[in-house]
Amino acid sequence: MRFAPVNRLARALEAHSIYVFREVAAEVDRPVLLFSGGKDSVVMLHLALKAFAPGKLPFPIMHIDTGHNFPEVIEFRDRVVAELGLDLVVASVQQAIDHGLVADPGVNGSRNRLQTTALLEAIADNKFEAAFGGARRDEDKARAKERVLSFRDSFGQWDPRNQRPELWQIYNARIKTGEHLRAFPLSDWTELDIWHYIADNGVDLPEMYYSHKREVVERDSMLLATGEWTPPRNGEVPFFETVRYRTVGDMTCTGAVRSYAANAWDVIAEIETTRITERGATRADDRFSEAAMEDRKREGYF
Amino acid sequence: MPTPQTESTGAPPAVQNGPQNFGSEPVEADLLRFATAGSVDDGKSTLIGRLLHDSKSLFDDVIEALATTTARRGGEGLDLALVTDGLRAEREQGITIDVAYRYFSTPQRSFIIADTPGHVQYTRNMVTGASTSDVAVILVDARHGLREQSHRHTALSALLGIRHLVLAVNKMDLVDWSQERYEEIRTAFVALAGGLGVDSVQAIPLCALDGTNVVERSASMPWYDGPSLLEHLETVPIPTTSTIDDALRLPIQWVVRPDTQSADSKRWYAGQLASGSVSVGQQVVALPAGGSSTIVAVEGDPPAVRVQLADELDIGRGTVLASVVLPPQVTTELTATVAWLGDQPLTSGGRYVVKHLSRVAKAMVGEIYDRLDVTTLEHGPADSLASNEIGTVRFTLSAPLAIDAYAVNRRTGSFIVIDARTNATVGAAMIAAE
Repeated sequence: MRFAPVNRLARALEAHSIYVFREVAAEVDRPVLLFSGGKDSVVMLHLALKAFAPGKLPFPIMHIDTGHNFPEVIEFRDRVVAELGLDLVVASVQQAIDHGLVADPGVNGSRNRLQTTALLEAIADNKFEAAFGGARRDEDKARAKERVLSFRDSFGQWDPRNQRPELWQIYNARIKTGEHLRAFPLSDWTELDIWHYIADNGVDLPEMYYSHKREVVERDSMLLATGEWTPPRNGEVPFFETVRYRTVGDMTCTGAVRSYAANAWDVIAEIETTRITERGATRADDRFSEAAMEDRKREGYF
Repeated sequence: MPTPQTESTGAPPAVQNGPQNFGSEPVEADLLRFATAGSVDDGKSTLIGRLLHDSKSLFDDVIEALATTTARRGGEGLDLALVTDGLRAEREQGITIDVAYRYFSTPQRSFIIADTPGHVQYTRNMVTGASTSDVAVILVDARHGLREQSHRHTALSALLGIRHLVLAVNKMDLVDWSQERYEEIRTAFVALAGGLGVDSVQAIPLCALDGTNVVERSASMPWYDGPSLLEHLETVPIPTTSTIDDALRLPIQWVVRPDTQSADSKRWYAGQLASGSVSVGQQVVALPAGGSSTIVAVEGDPPAVRVQLADELDIGRGTVLASVVLPPQVTTELTATVAWLGDQPLTSGGRYVVKHLSRVAKAMVGEIYDRLDVTTLEHGPADSLASNEIGTVRFTLSAPLAIDAYAVNRRTGSFIVIDARTNATVGAAMIAAE
């Protein structure tokens, strides 16, 4: 938990993120910013625009589209792209399924893990040398050990035992052809820092981050929105609840929390008193095993 | 966006201890980065787990998972050492592989812990963790006192420019809370640190296992009237990383070229201040190329800024905009203390790439003057440096760099050494004063 991050703390975090953007963009050809429409990627985009102002964003943004999106997130994404005049690349999990690269997990199945295939395909197809991701080290114990610049071999794999030491603020972004980097400008931010930034800077987010009424079912002690890909299972009775989302991902594995937080300051007040981590509360994908995130990361996940 | 009112008077609310302060408008929050170092069985993981647990930084689902894991391994209650367990291989082998970063906050301050393992590749890990830290917490077992590792951790912290050390004397319960034993270790440590040029030391007797003096002070040691570890970390002044804080160093990372349609025809030079500040009307010199000009515009939130200059100078990524009065040294020859991290040894005549600030140059290794024994802290002769060794090395560069001594400025005084064939980072270098 982090209290009251303003002034020197916020400045230090912000300056570091901006520094990482400029270093990576200057040192590699063809970087790309991974944009899910989730709050971390929205803040990351906001910081990237600051890093290169008054110039344009010197790289495209990429959405890994699971095909199981919340419709309001796609609307938000398209509005941001249009308003800011950004280049958008969409890497589609559906397409990977159609091309026979991966199997469709079916209705109610999570496409979370399939994103890795779509992501690695898109990086190779577009010859991206670096992908900026919004991962934070406070999210998971595997992430706590990952570098700000995380090196991936030509198979997209992460080798946690063989990472480049990262000294001072000097980043080694050198790679060989076919390899790529993941760069994490928000490494040192916590969930609360992100929300303070959103509040202080008036950052626009998809509406689902704030309190609203939604039809949900209760499954594995999480509230899942009902929809095309998440029809109620046997015995589940849909009901309306006042909720918001703490994270935004694939509709099949992202749960809502009961909340009356109507704006960023309400959310901050709520998080400061909450006792559950955001992934623990709302992400089925991290609940499978102690090393769920580590395993996915090794394969090339975000 | 309006800020929430927490008191009807509109006056800034008083800062209080404890969770009742949630949601109030804070005073100036700041950030302390500290490294933790200890030998294998000194209880470092337990200490960090205890710090996070007792400062109420662990969420319920984490505590629940901890209880489950503890029980599965045949333990009782909460094994706090498991909080910092990271990768699968570490859990399987019961070791810590790499530097891990932990985050927690109190109403007073936010903290980033660089948790550095003490045994395998201790130099590499300690140097990495210490390079970004303001303070180091050196943990020793009260039964064993200072050991070889304690000497190494202290020496590496001093070498990396950390100017305040905390000695955490752990497992005081196992020496019957003995003041005599504590004083013995404290006196030895103060002498060790003083010999390395670190005069600012706080020693704290504690017991991570039961929490004594970690967050709360306890009655177990009535003879100790100092702060708990957390109280100390919340109040210790954050040292600045530069002793020339008035002297501008703005390394340029990125140049924004003007839009052809734009009326504003000047380039913006963007970077992060390494020391000093920028303001309109200020005279600056652009190094290493040379040439001076006046700042005519400044934007951004320091330390991340961008500036425009009155004159067209030869400025690109890697240029340092600096104080005219107190400029950095421009040179192609330098001597540095190098912590070697590569698998292949560093030898005289070796060719590498160095990255200093945002500038890259080729480098040839000249003479290797000595090797530092990090246990005895003595300098001995050397003709190569193996992995995890430290020595004093002469470099010749293919292009000039604008440098300061590391003792003067940690950012402009450091660089990394890269193996151009593998692209691995093989060395961490701190520039010596000429």
